Amino acid sequence: MSHEMGGRDVLHDLVVVGAGPAGLAAAVTAAGFGLRVAVLDTNARAGGQYHRHRAGRPPAWAPLARLHTVEHLAEHRVWAVERGDDHFTAHAVAGERDGVAVTVRGRRLLLATGAYDRQLPFPGWDLPGVFTAGGAQALLKGNGVAPGRRAVVAGTGPFLLPVAVGLADAGVRVLAVVEASRPTPRAAALAPHSPARVVEAAGYAAALARRRIPYRTGRAVIAAHGDGGALGSVTVARLDADWRVRPGTERELACDTLAVGYGFTPQLELAGQLGCASTPDGFVAVDTRQATDLPGLYAAGESTGIGGAQLSQVEGELAAYAVAGRTPPKALLRRRARLTRFAAGLRALYPIRSGWSSWSDEDTPICRCEEVPRGRIADAARHGADDVRSIKLLTRAGMGWCQGRMCAEATACVLSDVLGRPIAAPAPTRAIAVPIRLGDLAQGAS
Amino acid sequence: MTDETGPAPLDRTGDAGFHLTVDGRRIPVEPGQTVGAAMLAAGIRSWRTTRFAGRPRGLFCGIGVCFDCLVTVDGTPSLRACLVTARPDDEVTTS
Repeated sequence: MSHEMGGRDVLHDLVVVGAGPAGLAAAVTAAGFGLRVAVLDTNARAGGQYHRHRAGRPPAWAPLARLHTVEHLAEHRVWAVERGDDHFTAHAVAGERDGVAVTVRGRRLLLATGAYDRQLPFPGWDLPGVFTAGGAQALLKGNGVAPGRRAVVAGTGPFLLPVAVGLADAGVRVLAVVEASRPTPRAAALAPHSPARVVEAAGYAAALARRRIPYRTGRAVIAAHGDGGALGSVTVARLDADWRVRPGTERELACDTLAVGYGFTPQLELAGQLGCASTPDGFVAVDTRQATDLPGLYAAGESTGIGGAQLSQVEGELAAYAVAGRTPPKALLRRRARLTRFAAGLRALYPIRSGWSSWSDEDTPICRCEEVPRGRIADAARHGADDVRSIKLLTRAGMGWCQGRMCAEATACVLSDVLGRPIAAPAPTRAIAVPIRLGDLAQGAS
Repeated sequence: MTDETGPAPLDRTGDAGFHLTVDGRRIPVEPGQTVGAAMLAAGIRSWRTTRFAGRPRGLFCGIGVCFDCLVTVDGTPSLRACLVTARPDDEVTTS
């Protein structure tokens, strides 16, 4: 492990964390205004999740074509950000294998850290062959590898559609898309806000129909079953309005792959470190300039509210205008307003209902890393633990490798069930945002 | 220890591929693929067991969040198979 400061004593005008639709759009737009920009990103290739692509095959997305106008630091895991008197410092570990400590400084900082699939635990959800919906898509888009041969796609939200179509196009037999919500004709009311998105959704619906993939609403995968340690089948059941199982409606489907996702959870670790304000529903709070309440700190994309790639890109562009001190085009502001309304409407169609917790039992793992079953969390709650942090100390749920990213929300729901009142998953406030080796930390601190 | 089912390869790039080994077994890789994707394409579905209950784990989130897919590559332990880009003759060992 070596410590590298080459070129790092440069003070950039803007440092961006995340090279997805928001981050990269912001970076290249700011570079176009003549600013000196660095972009740090975990992945080997820029594009984030939406524009994830195979090596040497970048999609036709304008910001990717202008990647050379910025300093793109790939495979850089940012584990801490600090705010100084007149600049920000990002501490990263470069290289997935051999960790080189890198420090990047900028007058302004944009957090465009995105989001990942939200999961609702059910028996068997930790079996190999169960993938997050985003994970299944990442395998296809980034690697040209299908996760299996016979798949069920389940969860809630419009993202399930492109995942199912992508799997089918890769030669996977997709048995069904199992949607827990019951999206109503109210969806049509969203059309004026974003015709393009509605056309896109209609396109996916038609694609499902053409491939004879059934789209089943008001149902969920409530259990996954293993055969020799890997997924062999899933149980699909009808749900009531609160997402409780309707007894007697269970059906078993033989499959080797399940792609599951219940919307998205924002990545807030770095925002939590800096202590900027958040919205009531737990996203980074920004004003019309994409500025947070901390001077010089901006945020854009899914971490400010789930709205999709197009909205993220627009927010990134607007952040670049603000950083450069320029007045944004009115058309861009109108586009953001329209896409924001559309996103809010869409989210309202796919709420998470509390009855999902009835799919699990005492033995269902809630925390995958530390193997903490539901029963142990419920016991701790009955013994007086009344928040997610106390549960962590008593049961180790959320104390493992992923630092609670996969289980914090579910743990809060189990706690709510036992205590009979709403419990929120706490916003992350970690000194180290991503797991890194102690040697890297020692180097970074020197 | 790995668990295997049928492979699911598709969409060959035509690029000059290479090989890596998983516990001594050679598997093909296409340039740019992650170690985890190459293992899955070779039909390897799980490659780790949990500390307490010994439950199998493989790829889950696929984007570096969940840490289910940890492997040892060329002697470096606890690497996320979903993030590490494979290199020719990588020696992957599973636990």
